[in-house]
Amino acid sequence: MRQEEMTGYHAVNWREPVIYQLGQRGRRGHRTPKVEEEIKAIVGDVTSHIPNEMRRKESPKLPEISEPEVVRHYIRLSQQTYGVDSGIHMHGTCTMKYSPKVDEAIVRSPKLADLHPLQDVETVQGILGILYEFGKLLCEISGMAEFSLQPRGGAHAVFTNARIIRAYHKLNGELEQRNEIITTVLSHPCNGGAPAAAGFKVVTLYPDEETGYPDIEALKAAVSKRTAGLMMTDPYDTGVFDANLEEYVKLIHEAGGLVAIDQANANSVLSRLRIGDVGADLCHFNLHKSFSTPHASTGPGSAAVGASKELSKFLPIPLVRSDGNKYYLDYERPQSVGKVGEFYGVIGNVVRAYAWLLAMGADGLREVSEVAVINNNYLIKKLLEIRGVSLPWQKAHPIRLQEARFSLQKLKEDTGIGVEDVNHRMIDFGLQDMETSHEPWIVPEPFTPEPPETTPKEDLDRFTEVLRQISQEAYTNPEIIKTAPHNAAISRVDQSPSHDPARWAMTWRAYLRKTSDRK
Amino acid sequence: MLDEIGVKSAEDLFAVIPESIRLRRNLNLPHSKSEYEIRRHVEGLLSRNRTSKELLSFLGAGCWPHYVPAVCDEINSRSEFLTAYAGDVYTDLGRYQALFEFQSMIGELVAMDVVSFPWYDWATVAGDAARMALTITDRHELLVPKTIGPDRLSALRAYCGRLADIKLIGRDAENGQLDLGDLKDKISSKTAAVYVENPTYLGFIETRGKEISKIARDHGALSIVGVEPLSLGILTPPGEYGADIVCGEGQPLGMHMNYGGALLGFIACHDIREHLATIPHRLITITTTKTKGEWGFTYVLPERTMFAAREKAKSFTGTGTVLWAITAAVYMSLLGPQGIRELAEGIMQRSHYAMKRISEVKGVKVPIFNSPHFEEFTVNVDATGKTVAEVNKALLKSGILGGKDLLREFPELGQTALYCVTEVHSKSDIDRLASALEEIVR
Repeated sequence: MRQEEMTGYHAVNWREPVIYQLGQRGRRGHRTPKVEEEIKAIVGDVTSHIPNEMRRKESPKLPEISEPEVVRHYIRLSQQTYGVDSGIHMHGTCTMKYSPKVDEAIVRSPKLADLHPLQDVETVQGILGILYEFGKLLCEISGMAEFSLQPRGGAHAVFTNARIIRAYHKLNGELEQRNEIITTVLSHPCNGGAPAAAGFKVVTLYPDEETGYPDIEALKAAVSKRTAGLMMTDPYDTGVFDANLEEYVKLIHEAGGLVAIDQANANSVLSRLRIGDVGADLCHFNLHKSFSTPHASTGPGSAAVGASKELSKFLPIPLVRSDGNKYYLDYERPQSVGKVGEFYGVIGNVVRAYAWLLAMGADGLREVSEVAVINNNYLIKKLLEIRGVSLPWQKAHPIRLQEARFSLQKLKEDTGIGVEDVNHRMIDFGLQDMETSHEPWIVPEPFTPEPPETTPKEDLDRFTEVLRQISQEAYTNPEIIKTAPHNAAISRVDQSPSHDPARWAMTWRAYLRKTSDRK
Repeated sequence: MLDEIGVKSAEDLFAVIPESIRLRRNLNLPHSKSEYEIRRHVEGLLSRNRTSKELLSFLGAGCWPHYVPAVCDEINSRSEFLTAYAGDVYTDLGRYQALFEFQSMIGELVAMDVVSFPWYDWATVAGDAARMALTITDRHELLVPKTIGPDRLSALRAYCGRLADIKLIGRDAENGQLDLGDLKDKISSKTAAVYVENPTYLGFIETRGKEISKIARDHGALSIVGVEPLSLGILTPPGEYGADIVCGEGQPLGMHMNYGGALLGFIACHDIREHLATIPHRLITITTTKTKGEWGFTYVLPERTMFAAREKAKSFTGTGTVLWAITAAVYMSLLGPQGIRELAEGIMQRSHYAMKRISEVKGVKVPIFNSPHFEEFTVNVDATGKTVAEVNKALLKSGILGGKDLLREFPELGQTALYCVTEVHSKSDIDRLASALEEIVR
């Protein structure tokens, strides 16, 4: 039987050339506005002001291609890209929920697109009002005192929080002494990487074999007068809620440290838990996860950093404030960590998230977490019926929150087929591939599907059916998996340039140079 | 579904959150709104804004007004690009290819073979570039010009403050150019890199790029150049005047200003393993597949980033700005070699006309620095007895947004504003500005 018939799916395969292989010399796709003759006559040859060595001799080698060809090329590339709108897309740890189209229509308005960030505040009261109100809504949702919307993504938010922790200890004269951040290995990698980038030594705790989170004694042993703070994700990507959280907060505070919680996985705890009430000093939300803004092919995302009352003075400048009559940008915050990026953040995503929150309201937000958690636990039940699939820490945690991290270790032992192979085969059925796990792989042969509230039951069943069939194939016809994907746009990719300086090419110019060197 | 799970209600599922911290009340949020109500409410708020198109704006300073071809919005509205995330090359082939094409075109603009995954903005990639230099040279000092963009200096301090001494190099009083005497005095065997911007934050072209790079290299330091990419339609690419690392801001390449919320940082370097291995972000290479005639793409040295190395990477990466990179690829391919040159030259003609027109206004000095300028320039009003703030308030009354007030960031320049003129400004726009200024300072 042909592969297509088995799955009924085949990806678009245009064999689309690299854009440099298209077009003709002298062709162009856009005409720039003509400069008025009077201007030309008055200013003369302006480029002659540029000294010879700084004047470009050859125009940059951009593609030479017409507008219809550009459109066709990128439409084809879009067709060879699989978004949330394309089909079953449950890439875990990423909360791939549907982004409502009305929010998109709103942010495409020239009333937002054509605003310059340095306009007089009198002229931007509308957008400042949205930023201000959105911050207030986040305060209610999280129990924090104030938010900065400046970070561009989760890692940036964690970096911002690490800097705030430094600023706090510096102000207290303890920065030299407090140079350690404690994190847990099942937290997102940025909880290690970003504090290290901010100059901290990072102490990583590993999960207990039975509970799936660190033993409280392990934390006690790690805490000392060197502790600057704890930076961790809760709930974890395993969908397990670290129930020691309250105890951690207490221990860290007693030791004089701060607690920053990465709430990238907040979707399942919205309206169920306010991290500020637990005593977190800092937290962040990813607007492109829990708050529905589109993932945009890997950004721009957006993150909101929340601080407790005591720590809000350290939040980046400026913050949007209101004097009762009008909104303004407050730069007069001497303890602030300063700017963490240019201007004020990914404003379009804030507007989308604001519109989404208005659509949800209090009841809707409660339904978000409810449906997401039901979806996930239903999926867990179904997937565990499949041969070769197991759920580490199942005994201690049969119920999970937003997602679960499964293992195909048994399948691998039985058949030699591991998760990478399964992922390649999954594509043949018209599904987006699965998140495996961040490094290190604490769970062997991991996969992490996350079915947010916008996932219909039919998708969960289809996902289960596909995985069941692949499992069956692994036991009966592993070859078909090992040679997958069969129905994708391309066949297996030659990975060897990854580590071969003679063959890697990050640009077309490098590719041409290296291939001609080889000839 | 609850039956399948084996629980009576969803509440049972939330029992995994300890009772003591579970929220037992409804959040105090507004009632749920319908699509129509949302639109009416949010668009109602947005309608209070007066945009840079409704007004006549001369603001730039890191976010510049340029015409965005309709095709750019058409492509970045494609829901596949808009809603994809991190699928691998088999499901997201188009996303990878578009990224490779973005990298390729930026590589041509700056004359470098390696371009990395698109990142937040100029400030943050300047920070990354500086960190790269510290690692590559194993030295602990950065030299940067006093004219550096303030947000970029702030990012350099945030990213490198503990690891390096950041020393400011003075400028020539007359032409603003980096003071090479001061550079030579301060550079030493401790210097990891010399960072300059071209065009500078204050709008003029740093004309001695080659000499600056040479001084850096003679001391075993790297040369980092930050760029605004459209200027590279007429300026020599940094890769040809000795830069080791280039960073810059891609917003002018097809992104609307979005209140400063649509920025796109990029990093480029030469194809030297020790250099590119220090880039904290993903690197995509072109490759082939088992089937003849197919292009594939994969990651270069993936083990070096935070994703694999966690804290050992001593850097962070993650969700970047790929939708904007795709848009920039569309923009650059529409313009082509001829279009970008014409655009850059046209911008320069308009900005020079504007400088000439404004300099006719009594008491106004334009520009402060006697150097060639690209699209931005300084306008000093000290001799008019007015402040920039007063001038801008008065301009706004006539529907004009004057240049950025530099008083807070560069107090030594007195009452000076940074104006930006691009292809979106017609002769009559510029004349209108000049007449309004004449009226105000009279």
